[in-house]
Amino acid sequence: MGEPLLSVEAVSRRFGGLLAVNAVSLAAPAGAITALIGPNGAGKTTLFAMISGFLTPSEGAIRYGGEAITSLPPHERARRGIARTFQIVQPFAGLTVRENIVVGAHLRHRTRADAIAAAEDVAREVGLTAMLDRPANSLTIVGRKRLELARALAIAPKLLLLDEVLAGLNPTEVSEIVPVIHALCDRGITILMIEHVMQAVMSLSEHVFVLAEGRIIAEGSPAAVAADRKVIEAYLGHGAAGKLRGAHVH
Amino acid sequence: MKELAPIITVVAVLAAVPLIVHSNTALNFLVVMLLIALAGQGWNVLGGYGGQYSFGHAAFFGTGAYTTAILQVRYGVNAWPGFAAGVGAGAVLGAVIGHLTFRAGLRGSYFALVTLAFAEVLRILASVAPITGAGVGTLIKLDLHASALQFQSRAVFYWVILALVAVSLLIAHALDRTRFGAWLVAIRENEDAAKALGVDTFTVKLGAMVISAAITAAAGCFYAQYFLFIDSGIAYGTRMSIEALLTPIIGGAGTVFGPLLGALVVKALSEGATWIAGDAPGLNLIVYGCVLVLVIAFAPRGLVGLVSAASDFLSSSKGKVAHG
Repeated sequence: MGEPLLSVEAVSRRFGGLLAVNAVSLAAPAGAITALIGPNGAGKTTLFAMISGFLTPSEGAIRYGGEAITSLPPHERARRGIARTFQIVQPFAGLTVRENIVVGAHLRHRTRADAIAAAEDVAREVGLTAMLDRPANSLTIVGRKRLELARALAIAPKLLLLDEVLAGLNPTEVSEIVPVIHALCDRGITILMIEHVMQAVMSLSEHVFVLAEGRIIAEGSPAAVAADRKVIEAYLGHGAAGKLRGAHVH
Repeated sequence: MKELAPIITVVAVLAAVPLIVHSNTALNFLVVMLLIALAGQGWNVLGGYGGQYSFGHAAFFGTGAYTTAILQVRYGVNAWPGFAAGVGAGAVLGAVIGHLTFRAGLRGSYFALVTLAFAEVLRILASVAPITGAGVGTLIKLDLHASALQFQSRAVFYWVILALVAVSLLIAHALDRTRFGAWLVAIRENEDAAKALGVDTFTVKLGAMVISAAITAAAGCFYAQYFLFIDSGIAYGTRMSIEALLTPIIGGAGTVFGPLLGALVVKALSEGATWIAGDAPGLNLIVYGCVLVLVIAFAPRGLVGLVSAASDFLSSSKGKVAHG
């Protein structure tokens, strides 16, 4: 495991009286795929919003490539190489797929011709080439997820934050996108992903953090985390781990 | 150059009109039409491309008009630099209003209301401040020489405003093919997604506001030179704000030719209504209202959208015949 490209240090976020994220620390080593899992409402998306700059932490620090980025606005973070996808896809609905990706590509390419060429390269990588001229709002859900990924890749990121890119896809579609994500990692992009599809988490990531009720309750290899008593209880309720173990014994 | 062909054709055709049409009434109609098209193009940059719906573009129109007029009348400045100063003053006001509203994160109807408030405040100030001539208004001295930016012939005025419109068409065209334009449209479509892709949304919106304000201020400067009289109601009244947003919306917001087409339709209809019903007060507003309802109901992308939808339909039905 290399040096962490991203490290989150004791970050908390309050919304009024609600402590959505409570002193969370985690690290994403350069060149690896790190997963963040947890039940609904655990604070995963809030944590992502703080890493990408859409929310400011109430406490704590976020370091990226050795630099504190805690208070930088989202566009500055994007310029430094942090890209994110949105859990609820946010296409530029009135534009074509090509124009959607071009907006991202313009960050590194000033002229339109260069940006279009870069956008078409990215489209090839995620399998959207056939749909370049379609309006974004005509895409199916899997198409929109791909577009979300393509736009993020178009800014040539070093760190890619994927917020449930596999949610809502059927197993065939998942098995189409998983190799795409693997290929990105092989290309040297560091990935931090929020994911519910455990099959994908198992096959993609080497290290998993589990967030529940705003705290990191476990971390480790996917297999170790899946067997962890606290993790099972967080998902299935108090005492569930014991019952499961009991069921195995009989 | 090939991409510029539509703009060159349209401008060339319009430029030829005074060679054929000599009627002062007709030329006057066309000058006013182009004036509205120019003001509308200003709105289009910010509202059509950037999705920031200003309801107070009269603030820029009036500031351009008053700056030009006051510099000439009170300070003896020549009309040409006066014109440039008017455009500059509009741009500065755009920067100030943009800074205040965008820094505060105002969007949608809040942005619309605050811009309306700025225009109204300026209207009230202009109706009492001595420097604007208060309620009496400001009269620019008649001096029909090119050196005073006044012309004996209406045709020359027509070519001047056409040249300004041509510049505004080129600016809109540039938005379609530059990074700034792509980012501006991205903000209109989804501001958060744009931020995530590295777009500095504040700076881009501010830039659009300045360009937009400068274009609409140029229309105000021209108005002052052409009619040689302005008062607070003409300069900062809501009528100008409405015309500036109505023409691009009717013609097609976020398109190069939308404001020009919209201005032609709006002005033709309001002239037609006046011709039929006489000069009843508020008649043009009734006409605008009806046109707006029809456009929103049947052509939400404006007349330009209607035309492109029709041509898509024709080409796709041709394709079907060919395949069948």
